[in-house]
Amino acid sequence: MNDWPLWEVFIRSQHGLAHKHVGSLHAPDGEMALRNARDIYTRRGEGSSIWVVRSTDILASSPDEKEALFSPSISKVYRHPTFFPMPDEVKHL
Amino acid sequence: MYTQLVDTEAKRLRSRSELSEPEQLFQARLDAEQKIEPGDDMPEAYRRTLIRQISQHAHSEWVGMLPEGNWITRAPTLARKCILLAKVQDEGGHALYLYAAAETLGVARETLIEELHAGNAKYSSIFNYPTLTWADVGAIGWLVDGAAIMNQIPLCRCSYGPYARAMVRICKEESFHQRQGYDLMLALCRGAPEQKQMAQDALDRWWWPAVMMFGPPDESSPHTAQSKAWRIKLYTNDELRQKFIDQSVPQADYLGLKVPDAALKWNEASGHYDFGTIPWDEFFRVVQGDGPCNRDRLDTRREAWEGGRWVREAATAHAVKTAARRRDTHATAPGSNGVSP
Repeated sequence: MNDWPLWEVFIRSQHGLAHKHVGSLHAPDGEMALRNARDIYTRRGEGSSIWVVRSTDILASSPDEKEALFSPSISKVYRHPTFFPMPDEVKHL
Repeated sequence: MYTQLVDTEAKRLRSRSELSEPEQLFQARLDAEQKIEPGDDMPEAYRRTLIRQISQHAHSEWVGMLPEGNWITRAPTLARKCILLAKVQDEGGHALYLYAAAETLGVARETLIEELHAGNAKYSSIFNYPTLTWADVGAIGWLVDGAAIMNQIPLCRCSYGPYARAMVRICKEESFHQRQGYDLMLALCRGAPEQKQMAQDALDRWWWPAVMMFGPPDESSPHTAQSKAWRIKLYTNDELRQKFIDQSVPQADYLGLKVPDAALKWNEASGHYDFGTIPWDEFFRVVQGDGPCNRDRLDTRREAWEGGRWVREAATAHAVKTAARRRDTHATAPGSNGVSP
């Protein structure tokens, strides 16, 4: 079983949202990974579509880069609509 | 609880000044209630303790399928049989979520299962008791899953991200387990006198083992302080036990059943139930491998593992063969699995 690769499982719920990561599992191939994902992660109608991806195929940002990658956006509050106060009299904005 | 006596490798909680600089930084993150994720820096003892805790939790779910599995073929109605099958399947699923969470800490699932089969890994004491009658299925859902929920809801906020996320899924499902158990007890208690007696007998046998699930009293729980500092335990054993008793006694009253504790009494001043002496000798005997069913449980798990070997080998052989035939399922047709940007 150690030979079985790890697969990351993504499920799209009924409501038209994007696929969301729900967990991982071991399986010998993609077909079995899909079958297992169905049994493990959709026992209560959680999904309408399943993706499985080999964990080794996911390239992740490093925790060490967190500051460099994400802190520049924190100061840019003008990117949020709430940055611009609107007069009460003006509607539909 | 589903985890008991988890060793933190710390005899006592060290003060802030005794911690190394990386440990202080780590503790500051925990104190700020930040989540720790798999790639993050973490003290080795934290990592090893989490592996012990999460794998013990996983083993409990895994072995926990057995006591109730005993009644699947003898459920009294088709509806009850379907419900019980679904519950036992959930327990297997919970074990898999938890083994996956443990694997993010750099340990292989197979290694953990080998440790269990070799008798080196613990699982909850509660699963070493036999299920003698159908009412035991009700008592387990109501009390054992009830006790589990009490511990697992706070763990949804624990410091380790993958463990917390597994707990969120598990708690959603566990509530069904508890309610189906209470519903089963209600049906028995509203039935013939013999059925009600069967429910009382189950409560008599499961009450103290359920109360002991929370682990030894706080004064004999040397690892609690460290586990709390690491935020992998949010309440002490005694706090959770008291809460469990306070909630369960009125539920037993509603069923018209008597909790088997002569000293049980509502204490107006403390706002809690006072309760009698807990049989800790029995707890330690069961934890150390000498409960009514310890040997039987491990034998059953080992047999299942060996009996399923040919299935795992067949699945591997099939994967190798199909991969050779079409190189790789994914490489041939990126859109064929319904994958679209």
